[in-house]
Amino acid sequence: MSTSAAQFEVPYVQVLDENGNVTNPDRVPSLNDEQLRDLMKRMVFTRIWDQRAIKLARQGRLGFYAPVAGQEASMIGSEFATNKDDFLLPGYRDIPQCYFHGYPLHQLFLYSRGHQLGGKVPDDVHCMIPQIIIGAQIVQTPGVALAFKLRGEKRVAVTYTGDGGTSQGDFYEGMNFAGAMKLPAVFFVQNNQYAISVPRELQTAAQTLAQKAVAAGIPGVQVDGMDILAVYSVMREAVDRARAGEGPTMIEAITFRYGPHTMSGDDPTRYRTQETQEAWEKRDPLIRFRNYLVSKGLWSEQEEQAYIEEAKETINAALKQADETEKMTVPQLIDSMFAEPTQELLRQRAEITGEGAN
Amino acid sequence: MAQMTMIQAITHALDLELARDERVLVFGEDVGHNGGVFRATEGLQKKYGEDRVFDTPLAESGIIGLANGLAVQGFRPVPEIQFFGFVFEAFDQIAGQISRLRYRSAGRFSAPVTIRSPFGGGVHTPELHSDSLEGLFLQTPGVKVVIPSSPYDAKGLLLSAIRDPDPVIFLEHMKLYRSFRQEVPEEEYTIPLGVANVVREGKDATIVTYGAMVATSVKAAEQWSKEKGLEAEVIDLRTISPIDIETIVKSIQKTNRAIVVQEAQRSAGAAAEIVAQINEQAIYHLEAPVLRATPPDTVYPFGMIEDDWLPTPQYIVDTLNKVTSL
Ligand SMILES: Cc1ncc(C[n+]2csc(CCOP(=O)(O)OP(=O)(O)O)c2C)c(N)n1
Ligand SMILES: [Mg+2]
Repeated sequence: MSTSAAQFEVPYVQVLDENGNVTNPDRVPSLNDEQLRDLMKRMVFTRIWDQRAIKLARQGRLGFYAPVAGQEASMIGSEFATNKDDFLLPGYRDIPQCYFHGYPLHQLFLYSRGHQLGGKVPDDVHCMIPQIIIGAQIVQTPGVALAFKLRGEKRVAVTYTGDGGTSQGDFYEGMNFAGAMKLPAVFFVQNNQYAISVPRELQTAAQTLAQKAVAAGIPGVQVDGMDILAVYSVMREAVDRARAGEGPTMIEAITFRYGPHTMSGDDPTRYRTQETQEAWEKRDPLIRFRNYLVSKGLWSEQEEQAYIEEAKETINAALKQADETEKMTVPQLIDSMFAEPTQELLRQRAEITGEGAN
Repeated sequence: MAQMTMIQAITHALDLELARDERVLVFGEDVGHNGGVFRATEGLQKKYGEDRVFDTPLAESGIIGLANGLAVQGFRPVPEIQFFGFVFEAFDQIAGQISRLRYRSAGRFSAPVTIRSPFGGGVHTPELHSDSLEGLFLQTPGVKVVIPSSPYDAKGLLLSAIRDPDPVIFLEHMKLYRSFRQEVPEEEYTIPLGVANVVREGKDATIVTYGAMVATSVKAAEQWSKEKGLEAEVIDLRTISPIDIETIVKSIQKTNRAIVVQEAQRSAGAAAEIVAQINEQAIYHLEAPVLRATPPDTVYPFGMIEDDWLPTPQYIVDTLNKVTSL
């Protein structure tokens, strides 16, 4: 005899098509006009920031930078659905979410340049330092979420990773802990089709990444990651579920990064074609949402131009602040190893400063 | 003969071994189609096919576990850890598994795996890319640790590592990848593991070092010679586990003074081990305690300050002056 032991489904959600027409009226989130315009502003800001960051990186004025163009809807739409006191555990590419969650822009510049103060997240900003080690933040997420649960706080832990990140054992471990302990967490995967040069098909034989949630016993949803309304809607549902004590969700956003993996020498033409690139650019999140807003009379060309100027000023001011930040010193690094320095560290410090060496 | 950078010498060595031994497999993140993020495996997938040079899913523990399984089945895997800071992800597979296989099975199984990985400072990477973590593997019985300082050595040492019957961690300093070219013979040659190289002769003090600090130490020795008229002997260990203590002792018998220069933070690493072995085997030849010229015991520094943290020629000269004035 053989019957089905269990059956699962992986929903796919889209709200706007490539031209900005509503394809799924039931899922249009209830956002007021100001919120809708805010979503657009944030995407415009992110696109401008990305262009500027790429230029700065080329001039050697930034440090490490992972471009985000193409992924704005996934990034902005998901963060927009969180509360300010929900805690983000981002990866290295998730700089826009950090910024809109309150991480000061000049500190994100400092982070990119490799300055210790880049990681000194202000006390009232509920965000971890962007993670470099792929998967590390995913196993930490249940810990943050358990803290909220133990303290009876209605807060949610939200972590981000990429398609490549879902291959780490840590990815399953994090979801499984959260599922087993029914924790208020959301695992947001930006499937931008590549892990550096390695295409999504080589990462896993699974048909979707979202179905990886099934093995952890939690819901997995796939969403059009170039559609900010769909992303917001799906994320909002996941965050609300978590907040209501109904457990974690995993979201796979289907998206694409237009630029190189990072600004440290990656050449995307080595691993993807011009046609692929162009096909994705047709689904652009900004074009799509702009069309939608224009059709509702909520957005205009002039407004966008004005907003672009504003964004540039914000970026310049942050850059200036980063430039003016004092240089670190090696003794400062030594002092930041422990709450109280060890005897050996004090000795090493003296050796460097020349104060009472040995 | 051809002029090669270290990265070219490494590609060339992999090419020779893939051609020579069918059991050799090369794999890791981005090493197949893309030829590696530093192009160390450029062209190899095209030449040897996707069965022998391939991209893996993104999972370091998976990569080294795969190598372990393949090795048990008679292959000679050469996996890559994209940057050595990611080795923590694979720590159990290396320190808990591969290194112990021969021992646990009384020789029935072994793991002739060569783990290649870029590391090393001065190139302004993000966190956990540049850290010198080799010391962790000096505390791991059953693995050898090799760190070449030049294109010529990289080729000869990599061939030896791949042919070695035991696991070898082969660390490639990023700063050396393209910093200079050197004559590298096209034909096969090996440099035995565990044998140091005296790269500069001198009679007044011995500098024991490895990796990128070899060039920095030679610079310091030249400066010292000019400033003080004293000559430092510079020993490039090439293999830091096991350490070639004989070459060190021989040098100290002549110079009677020694310092150890390492890029890794100070405590409990290669330098500490070298000092301990010198203490055991050459203490009666010493006129002064052996000193360490290393960065302090912090985590590898943030990109903007790494040049202040890494040992400089001046710091090494100061340490030489100190060891000769004691
Ligand atoms: C543990 C670990 N392994 C490898 C890397 C190197 N690395 C950085 S990004 C990356 C690809 C990640 O791909 P994905 O998860 O799809 O995220 P994306 O960069 O596409 O946003 C790799 C292999 C790393 N940072 N950490
Ligand atoms: Mg990706």
